[in-house]
Amino acid sequence: MPHLAVLRFPGSNCDDDARHALERVTGADVRFVWHADSDLGGAGGVLVPGGFSYGDYLRSGALAAQSPVMHAVRAFAERGGPVLGICNGFQVLTEAGMLPGALARNEGLAFVCRTVTVEVQRDDHPLLAGLRRGQRLRLPVAHHDGRYVADDATLDALEAEGRVVLRYLPAADPDGNPNGAMRDIAGIVGGRGNVLGMMPHPERAAEALLGGEDGVPLLRAFARAAGVSA
Amino acid sequence: MSDRPALPPLVPDGAWPDAPVGAVPVGVVVDRTKSATFGLTPEEFDQVVGHLGRLPAAVEAAMFGALWSEHCGYKNSRPLLRRLPTEGPQVLQGPGENAGVVDVGDGWGVAFKMESHNHPSAVEPVQGAATGVGGILRDIFAMGARPFAVLDALRFGDLATARTRYLLHGVVEGIAGYGNAIGVPTVGGEIAFHPSYQENPLVNVMALGLLRHEELQSGTVGAVGHVLLYVGAKTGRDGLGGAVFASADLSAASDADRPAVQVGDPFLEKLLLEACLEAIQAGLVAGIQDMGAAGLTSSVGEMAHRARLGVDLDLARVPRREPGMTPLEVMLSESQERMVLTAVPGREDDLIGLLRRWELDVVPIGVVRDHGRFRLFEGDELVADMPVGPLNDAPTYVRDGREDPAASAARERALDGLPPPADAGAALLDLLADPTIASKRAVYQRYDHQVMTNTVVLPGAADAAVLRLKGSDRAVAATVDCNARYVGLAPRHGAALAVVEAARNLAAVGATPLGVTDNLNFGNPTVPEVYFQMAEAVEGIREACLALRTPVTGGNVSLYNQYRAIEGVRAVLPTPTIGMVGVLPDVRRRATMALARDGDALVLLGEGAPSLGASSYLARVHGLEAGAPPTLDLAAAERLVTTLAGLVQAGLVDTAHDVGDGGIAVALAEMAIAGGRGVDAELPANLAGHDDAARDVADLFGEAAHLALVAVPEAQLAAVTEAAEAGGVPCHRVGRAGGDRIALRAGALGLDVALADARDAFERTIAEALA
Amino acid sequence: MPEFRAVVHVMLRRSILDPQGRAVEGTLHRLGHAGVGDVRVGKRIELTLKGERDAVLAQLRQVAERVLSNPVMEDVELELHEIDGA
Repeated sequence: MPHLAVLRFPGSNCDDDARHALERVTGADVRFVWHADSDLGGAGGVLVPGGFSYGDYLRSGALAAQSPVMHAVRAFAERGGPVLGICNGFQVLTEAGMLPGALARNEGLAFVCRTVTVEVQRDDHPLLAGLRRGQRLRLPVAHHDGRYVADDATLDALEAEGRVVLRYLPAADPDGNPNGAMRDIAGIVGGRGNVLGMMPHPERAAEALLGGEDGVPLLRAFARAAGVSA
Repeated sequence: MSDRPALPPLVPDGAWPDAPVGAVPVGVVVDRTKSATFGLTPEEFDQVVGHLGRLPAAVEAAMFGALWSEHCGYKNSRPLLRRLPTEGPQVLQGPGENAGVVDVGDGWGVAFKMESHNHPSAVEPVQGAATGVGGILRDIFAMGARPFAVLDALRFGDLATARTRYLLHGVVEGIAGYGNAIGVPTVGGEIAFHPSYQENPLVNVMALGLLRHEELQSGTVGAVGHVLLYVGAKTGRDGLGGAVFASADLSAASDADRPAVQVGDPFLEKLLLEACLEAIQAGLVAGIQDMGAAGLTSSVGEMAHRARLGVDLDLARVPRREPGMTPLEVMLSESQERMVLTAVPGREDDLIGLLRRWELDVVPIGVVRDHGRFRLFEGDELVADMPVGPLNDAPTYVRDGREDPAASAARERALDGLPPPADAGAALLDLLADPTIASKRAVYQRYDHQVMTNTVVLPGAADAAVLRLKGSDRAVAATVDCNARYVGLAPRHGAALAVVEAARNLAAVGATPLGVTDNLNFGNPTVPEVYFQMAEAVEGIREACLALRTPVTGGNVSLYNQYRAIEGVRAVLPTPTIGMVGVLPDVRRRATMALARDGDALVLLGEGAPSLGASSYLARVHGLEAGAPPTLDLAAAERLVTTLAGLVQAGLVDTAHDVGDGGIAVALAEMAIAGGRGVDAELPANLAGHDDAARDVADLFGEAAHLALVAVPEAQLAAVTEAAEAGGVPCHRVGRAGGDRIALRAGALGLDVALADARDAFERTIAEALA
Repeated sequence: MPEFRAVVHVMLRRSILDPQGRAVEGTLHRLGHAGVGDVRVGKRIELTLKGERDAVLAQLRQVAERVLSNPVMEDVELELHEIDGA
């Protein structure tokens, strides 16, 4: 069975959390890959974790996107390998050009850490297998730069192609869009549907002890897409 | 990075500069008339001359001045601090190292300490608070512990003023910016407001770290011949003289001191943290110390002192950010994110290689000698030579204290004859909106409180933070507390109450208290009224810690917290902040304050009548800071703490809240708001010995030293009552949970407010201030 | 070889909401600066480059547009000054 890779940039800080949750939920063998490495060691799937890679200096994720390991991740994704970017990982993937758009400073200007409701928009992507369209998930967010932005043409194309996969639900909760993201976008897929970037943290919602398990199906779908029989 | 140059070889011993012992350093010599420039009294200057056998060079005078400052040398507080209990079977490391460590079971220890960054935060709140977080985290990982939680105790002035909002905004931004980036959750704390902090806010940061017993480290230089490695950021002129700065009174001149404020880099600290912990786990580190206040002076000085050895440093090797720095500037710089390490002999190259893999600058700057002296060279030139012992052993002062007659008069003021509130419901809403009591949700939502995925009880949900230990059934709880109004009116009694409150808060989540770190924030110790507060407060902490079996394993003293008032220089309220750590044997058996079920019985546990003396109600509703704080019976407090923690640990109680600021009415309202369901309660008539309307007010809003509320299903009520009474703790059933109103009655006085209105009052104050 | 000092000004694109600019503008208005408008907050990055002018300019463009800014949400303006005596 293939193993799962969790990238480690200087300044990543959800790397341990992601490994812990993946091991616990999927039973997978999870290994860290250092940012300076240029190969992924035969991993079946790559998780780009949250944190403040390179201090998020310049722009969140911008410096990490230039690191050697990202060449390997790009090539891996082009071969159809599953890549899941969470929070800073989502920022890295947009900065690396692997997902369209960008993550700008939260509209409220402050860091925001709380649990939000997101609605699953698609269930026909391998990285969302096992979730239902319309399903609502309670997931924690914790970010300063989570406002998804793109030009209208890009946004329209994302919608038309069904690549907006997770949306905040301001209708259900007046503070439901925590960062002012355009069209309430919380997560999108790119590539051939094998690259998922999302601001909420499924690895923080993977144990009832910590307040919820709504992140579990997302972690399981990622592991299965990577060939791990979770 | 792969393109780094190969490691330069470690400097062979013969290449270090040397000089015969007794050689006289070059450099400007200073005389007694300059003593104040270096933070020394003329008498202390004479002692320095005695220790050196000659007049000091400027760098020597400055190093003595820094290490003999209150911040590093505890010269006014050390004789008092010796009174504190420091021992217990749970203590793995007591005072004297970078942090204390207690045993939490299963081979795990928790390193914890609290430290202040009050004066830096007053002049530059963002960086002042940020570097406060950075500094305490380095203390924790220097013990070999992985930091896993931060709590903050913050004090500000009047929230209605622009200055307080600016400081609150900045301090919160600084804590968030540093803690969120480095990835250590900020899980709790307290924020209180009082006009005495208007110019001089308090920023006390407590950090906790987790270690295996065998990983415990020491801040020592190791043995003769060991090479001292400088690791981390380059040395600049930041925070120059910060140790002196922190101990000097804050005046209008502080605006001109702005360039002296240190700037933090959480990214670099994250690399330091990971690299140091990896090196420790790999068995490469013989000694490790953070460069905090007084920088290289205190870090290397303390390491040498602990080993009873000497050190030769070559300042020319110290990486510098700016050209033209003098030895004094290099030695006293407080540039952040720097550590000193010594390698296990023979593993130097492995250690340096590991640190460089984390992209850290590593430079050998000195060597351990057996001469017992702290010598500095600039290249081949000897520039300073001081005996390590006296340098690290500041003279101490025992002063005369006397109570401020205004404090005793306020305490003894009769409180009869105050009219009862015309509308007790409005009084409750007013108290819930008081900035000190109000919800801090808008603050903690700016802190990443969930990173590391251990936070079992979220901020605001309970009286203490609870963090699970991965791979164990156990959990660690932590809290910071101090009601400074109590301490101002009665320092010994008030400080003991702070310890008791901390223990009550731990018990309310189901934790058994283990140990204390204290942060003693006071004014100028040479003022007898301030010294009285310090001495009395330490006695109060001592008495309460002995009764609760919670040794003090470390802490921090911050003096000269004062401001210029029309009538002269006034001290802030005496604020001995208590940080307490406890353990839950089974993380599944824990409690929060949120009412979980309609129909639960509300039960008041404990003894002693609530009283209005020194209460939030008096301050908020009557504008009075007067009366004696709640009567304290330490034995009763201990019984309540042990029994309440036991009820939770036995699985009998999962909803508990201590009675604190605002009394029973506020406590019940907080439980209702947290749980989203109302309460209907009638306080027992005998609670405070009803004889007049004033007693009814006291029952609702009075405060108490050893009372707590729990909510339990009817079916469990008998078991809870039986267990509590077996522990010697009286129980009163006071009402039930449910509905959407908060309805309370005490004798002739009653209130009935909508839960939604209470929530709005509770949530609005701080959210608006931060908007 | 000639040496140049470059300044890169990075601003959010007009199409992207600039909450910092909006917050600063609100504060200025509250302070009574009624005529102030269109406040935008960006950043300035300084660097030196060595080489012939054309090559340096090309390199600067590449650095500024591919690394120092994110063209999805930011625009750049460049300044290039030859350092005398280099």
